[in-house]
Amino acid sequence: MNYDILLAGFGGQGILFAGKVIVYCGLYNGSEVSWLPSYGPEMRGGTCNCSVCISDEPIGSPLVVNPNVLVVMNTPSLEKFIDKVQPGGLVIVDSSMVDVKVERTDVKVCYIPATELTNGDPELKGGANIILTGKLMAETGIADNETIKKALEHVIPPKKAHLLGNNLKAIKLGMEYQA
Amino acid sequence: MERNLMKGNEALAEAAIRAGCKCFFGYPITPQTEVAAYLAKNMPKNGGVFLQAESEIAAINMVLGAASAGVRTMTSSSSPGISLKSEGVSYIAGCDLPCVIINVQRGGPGLGGIQPSQSDYWQATKALGHGDYQLLVYAPCSVQEMVDKVTLAFDMADKYRMPAMILADGLLGQMMEPVTFPEKKTEFEPKPWATNGHGGKRDHNITNSLYLVPEELENSIKSRYERYEVIKANLTEAELYLTEDADIVVAAYGASARVAKSAVNHARAEGIKAGLFRPITLWPFPVKEINEAAKNAKAFLDVEMSMGQMIEDVKLSLNCSKPVEFFGRTGGVIPSPAEVLEQIKILAEKY
Repeated sequence: MNYDILLAGFGGQGILFAGKVIVYCGLYNGSEVSWLPSYGPEMRGGTCNCSVCISDEPIGSPLVVNPNVLVVMNTPSLEKFIDKVQPGGLVIVDSSMVDVKVERTDVKVCYIPATELTNGDPELKGGANIILTGKLMAETGIADNETIKKALEHVIPPKKAHLLGNNLKAIKLGMEYQA
Repeated sequence: MERNLMKGNEALAEAAIRAGCKCFFGYPITPQTEVAAYLAKNMPKNGGVFLQAESEIAAINMVLGAASAGVRTMTSSSSPGISLKSEGVSYIAGCDLPCVIINVQRGGPGLGGIQPSQSDYWQATKALGHGDYQLLVYAPCSVQEMVDKVTLAFDMADKYRMPAMILADGLLGQMMEPVTFPEKKTEFEPKPWATNGHGGKRDHNITNSLYLVPEELENSIKSRYERYEVIKANLTEAELYLTEDADIVVAAYGASARVAKSAVNHARAEGIKAGLFRPITLWPFPVKEINEAAKNAKAFLDVEMSMGQMIEDVKLSLNCSKPVEFFGRTGGVIPSPAEVLEQIKILAEKY
C-alpha cells in the first residue's frame, strides 16, 4: 500500500484540514505517514495544496509530485495537476466547483458535487472537503469508519468538538454518494 | 508512547522546552514562525521566558546575555534573519558561550523567497560572522530528527561552550510526521563560569570577547581550536544507506537527502547500485564516514537545494579520490526523485 495524495483548491476550502484527517487515518492504521502543506501567499485566498503520503515503507520525499490520488476543489487546481497523476490513479473532483471534465482515460475520475451537497443543510456548512474525504475513503479503503472517527476526533480543535457529528455526516454522505 | 503527528517547527520547539531551554528570544519570519508561536504559548507554562524582540539583532544579543548567565537559551529564524544575527553569533562564540540557533532555511540572497532552500550551508559551516570560530551544525532530515538533534545540540553546546545550530529548511519545518519526545531533562552540569548572582561567595566571573593584546587573543583562539579537534574526533555523525556495494553514492543532507533516498531506491529497483551518504553533522563534516561510503564507489553525486555548497566539503573530504558531480535546484525549488534518478542514471552510464 502506497498512497501519494495531493489535495488542492482555494485557501479556505479546508484542503489542509482534509489532509490532516487523511494523514491521521494512516497514522492510526500503523502506516508511515507525512503531511506537507503549501505555505505562503497562496494561503491568503489563492490556490492551496497539501501533500499526504501513506506507505508501508519509510517516506522519502514528502512532496507529492506525481499523485496516485488527486482531490481537487477548483478548476485551476485540476488544470495544474491532472497531467501529473500516475496512470491508473484516482481523481476526485468537486464538480460543483470545477466546470471542466477530465480528458484523460487512464485514470479513474469521480465527480461529486460536494459543495452543492452542503447547500441548504446547516449541519454540512463548509463540509465539502469532508464529503470529498469520505469519497476518498470509500474509493481507497485507507481507513474504516472507526478510524476515520478517531482521526476526526483528534483533528477537530477542542473548541469545535461539537461539530464531530456534522463531520461524520459529511463523511457518510461522501462515502455513499453515487453519481 | 503513542505516536503523534507534529510540524517540524513545533516539534523542535517542544524539544527545546524538554531540553531545559528557559529563554527564547526571536523575531517572526516565514517559514519558522511556528517555532516562536509554539514557544509563546508553551514556554511560560514551563517556567521559561518567551520574548519577541524588536529585531533579530536584539534577539541574538538577548541570547548572549542569557547564555552568559548560564541559562539554556535559544533563538530561531530563517535565512535573512540569520544574516542579521551573525554579529551576535560571533560575539557568543568569542565569549565561549553555549546556545542553540535554529535556521529554517528559505531561498536567498537578499529577501529571496519563502520556499525551502539549502543555500546557507556556507554561512552555517564556514562563516556565520567574523573571526576564527566554528558552530556545531546539525542537519536533521525528519521531524523526529529535529527533536533528537535539538536535544543533542543543547547538551553539546553546554559541554563544549559554543553555539550550536540546527540547519533545517522550510520543508522540514512545515511538514508533519510521527514523532515521540524524550522525558523532560531535569539535571544539568553546573556552569561555574556563569555570570550569575552568588551573594559575594566567589570572585566575579566575566564573559568577554575583547582582547587588546594579540598574544592573549591568539591563545584564546588556540585553546578554542583545541576543543574543535576533540569535537572533530568525537561528534561526527552520518547515515550510510546502501553504500556498502554502491557504484554511485549520492551525497545529500536534510530535505534533499529525503528526495535522494527515494531516487536511490528507484535506482536500485532498476538495477543500478546506488547508495546515499547523508551527513548529520555538517560541522564537523563526517570525513571518516564519507570515505567509508566511498570504499567501492565509482563516483559521487552531490545533491543540494542550492547551486552547490556542500560539494566543496565532499570533494575536500574525499581528497579527490573519486569524481564528484553535482545536481541541484535552488531558489525554493525542491528537486523531484525523478530528476535525481535521471542524474544517477547518467553517472552510472558514465563511470
